[in-house]
Amino acid sequence: MFDFLSEYDVLGAFWTNVQLTVYSAIGSLIWGTILAGMRVSPVPVMRAFSTAYINVFRNTPLTVLIVATSLGLNSTLGVTLGGEDFDQMGFRLAVLGFIVYTSTFVCESLRAGINTVPVGQAEAARALGLGFSQVLGIVVLPQAFRSVVAPLASVLIALTKNTTVAAAIGVDEAALLMDEMIEIESQALFLITLVIAFGFVVLTLPTGLLLGWVAKKVAVKR
Amino acid sequence: MSAPSVLYDAPGPRAKRRNLLYTVLFVVAFAALMWWVIGAMDEKGQLDWAKWEPYLAGTEAWTTYLLPGLVNTLKGAGLAILIALPIGALFGIARMSDHWWIARPAGMIVEFFRAVPVLVMMFFANAAYAEFTDIDSDVRPLYAVVTGLVIYNSSVLAEVVRAGILSLPKGQSEAALAVGMRKGQLMTNVLLPQAVTAMLPAIVSQIVVIVKDTTIGGALLGFDELLAQARPAASFYQANTIATLVVIAVVFIVLNYLLTSFANWLERRLRRGKKSTGAVVGGDMVEEQAPGMHLTDESTGHRMN
Repeated sequence: MFDFLSEYDVLGAFWTNVQLTVYSAIGSLIWGTILAGMRVSPVPVMRAFSTAYINVFRNTPLTVLIVATSLGLNSTLGVTLGGEDFDQMGFRLAVLGFIVYTSTFVCESLRAGINTVPVGQAEAARALGLGFSQVLGIVVLPQAFRSVVAPLASVLIALTKNTTVAAAIGVDEAALLMDEMIEIESQALFLITLVIAFGFVVLTLPTGLLLGWVAKKVAVKR
Repeated sequence: MSAPSVLYDAPGPRAKRRNLLYTVLFVVAFAALMWWVIGAMDEKGQLDWAKWEPYLAGTEAWTTYLLPGLVNTLKGAGLAILIALPIGALFGIARMSDHWWIARPAGMIVEFFRAVPVLVMMFFANAAYAEFTDIDSDVRPLYAVVTGLVIYNSSVLAEVVRAGILSLPKGQSEAALAVGMRKGQLMTNVLLPQAVTAMLPAIVSQIVVIVKDTTIGGALLGFDELLAQARPAASFYQANTIATLVVIAVVFIVLNYLLTSFANWLERRLRRGKKSTGAVVGGDMVEEQAPGMHLTDESTGHRMN
């Protein structure tokens, strides 16, 4: 019953999803943290930029961003991001799109986390003579991160599922493979769907359970 | 920590100079990026007035491409939320049943479909309609997109409903039981009406997610929504790809921004309200939730308000 699966590189396709997720997650975490820092910074221009960025990219559908990296950046403006062939270019453009989109959610989660840190922490830090970047980097952000593990885990899981959107620009990942398989093996529709769906359950459920446990472990008890 | 200013002191002369320096550096870096973007666009002729004219100075592009696309987007999203709401309520209530043989399967179904990407369900629905029904191939993408969205969003809304009911004070159900109501009466006469009010911000936020997800159907299933207009419109108006994509993105941003603002307004209003119990399921709950992460869990209390 599962014979036909051996003709397709199902694991390889899911591996692409995992890679997309990992690269995009790292990029979004870094860029999202920078955005959050700008959002609460003393420099009005940076605050305005961060606010505008979040309002724009949070409200843009991810598919529009992914299609825009391919149609706009690549085909029209000739941006290749150093990719040598179609596959590599598509992969890198998709990661760029995911970072642009997901970082807004990372930033918003972090900002909510910063709000959970008691005022006294920042006041004490300022009383010691620390400047803004020290207050934020040494005192507030480390505590904020510990309280946002659960929301960030949800963002990560949503990102894992969102990597299927890369199919829109032809990245060979699980959903695109599913589409190809359905085309050829239409009699096995339910089986194919079950296999692909199960793959995503396997990717997301353990992440959720593990990070949910971590969230409880590291949460600052108040 | 409510005001961000708690993170830094009121700037003195040195800090003022430093902030000015940062401002200048930031503006220069941003201007350099814009310079590069504009330069690249100019080089490919994407800034020519002819490329933008159809959208900025004419109505034909809107009436031929964008507005029909937007109507389809709204049609898909509207159908999806209308069908998903009752199904979601059903599963949310079933999950809270006292009978384990109802609660467990409902819980498993909800967790499973929340873990599966909406695109997978759309592909499945599309192929299933083609295989087992004689739905006309013109409208099949709409059916497939709505079905995929309903499957995914009803499982998300089930959790919203559950969170809404759990957010009500315990006194509500205790009082209802004390006056002799049955479980069914308690749910339909006391809990649900109040929960629906508490859930409104979360439901409006979920509509934003649904509007965004209709574009997946446009890009991959041939559903004729707004994003799907990008290719035909750009090829008709002499390859004005960037202009078309920007205009489409702006339409989505305005639409979603209005919906998000509405959700925030509802949330503030409900929190202030004196008539209600003050229970609210906030809008930020829906976008961040994921399988395996329980919304109603104390440890992840950010989303439950």
